[in-house]
Amino acid sequence: MADMSLDNVTQNYMDVLREIGNIGAGNAMTALSQMLQCKVDMQVPQVRLLEFQEVGSMMGGEEQLMVGVYLAVEGDITGSIMFLVRTDSAKHLVNKLMMGMASEGEELNEMEISAMKEISNIITGAYLNSLSMLTNLKIYPSPPDLALDMAGAILSVPAIEFGIMGDKILLIQSQFYDDVEIDGYFILIPDLESYEKILSALGMV
Amino acid sequence: MSEIIKVGMADLKVCSSPNGLTTLGLGSCVGIAIRDPITKIGGLAHIMLPDSTAIRGGQLNVPKFADTGITELVRQMEAMGARRNRMVAKLAGGAMMFAFQNNKTDLVRVGDRNVEASRKKLAELQIPVLVADTGANYGRTVIFYPETGDYVIRAVGKPEKVI
Repeated sequence: MADMSLDNVTQNYMDVLREIGNIGAGNAMTALSQMLQCKVDMQVPQVRLLEFQEVGSMMGGEEQLMVGVYLAVEGDITGSIMFLVRTDSAKHLVNKLMMGMASEGEELNEMEISAMKEISNIITGAYLNSLSMLTNLKIYPSPPDLALDMAGAILSVPAIEFGIMGDKILLIQSQFYDDVEIDGYFILIPDLESYEKILSALGMV
Repeated sequence: MSEIIKVGMADLKVCSSPNGLTTLGLGSCVGIAIRDPITKIGGLAHIMLPDSTAIRGGQLNVPKFADTGITELVRQMEAMGARRNRMVAKLAGGAMMFAFQNNKTDLVRVGDRNVEASRKKLAELQIPVLVADTGANYGRTVIFYPETGDYVIRAVGKPEKVI
């Protein structure tokens, strides 16, 4: 495992990552459903290994307005995790949390940004928790930071982190519904050493 | 009819007037626009990382890095008939999208370092940087017209500007 680059991830690893994504996203949805006190359904998440060029276009174009929440991860593994939703979806979630009291339009005001950070904290926390339970590794997230901007610009941050390791980016897309459809994306970016740790903790190496 | 050619992430393209070049949603990446005002040949590179020599292993993706990307962009422009000693450059991007600092040394202030590395490479090639719109914390879409040298910058919730 001296030269494990993301470009030669095998089908086996993809399956493991898909399974982690599945369980993680499932836990995240349960947490979200408890927080918003409504039923949230989800589809089986899709795990994709994409070229940099493809990433923006799959989220509705590089200029699609998105809310991205980014956290650093520390502990037994290091890296970062990002949760992305379209601004209209973010607005919908915030509105739910605020009992229908959110402002009009696509922009988020200060209170709504803070609400969205809280939602993302719950979602990514649940996600990382399940990863931690599966692998028996200690994983601590930092406080979240949020950006509302073009998809391309937000994605440049994880893309650059992946760029150090290879020419592709690993993305977990999970669609979930309450009364409207929400497209959410998780991007988990462990450092190369951490990849090995995760895989060996799962008995894959 | 003129067309606007799209440049992706970790990508570079050259064209001549009246065509233009665009790259969408630059974040911490930098868009380097170079132009030869006589032949009106222009090039645009969308680089992600400052330094190709700092990367461990793997195949070299030339347009991904400031150093190799700019060299290749200039080479392609010269192949089209542009002259290095007439070339001028403009820069955009290099934002810090999130205030939180990743403490991995190769990622700290990556936007700033992308800009610095681009300036350094351009100085090495003796291509002057006329103007730059870099840094801050927001994404930029850019359109570059080799005809006039106009570099149009769009950002969410901000008026369009031309540098």
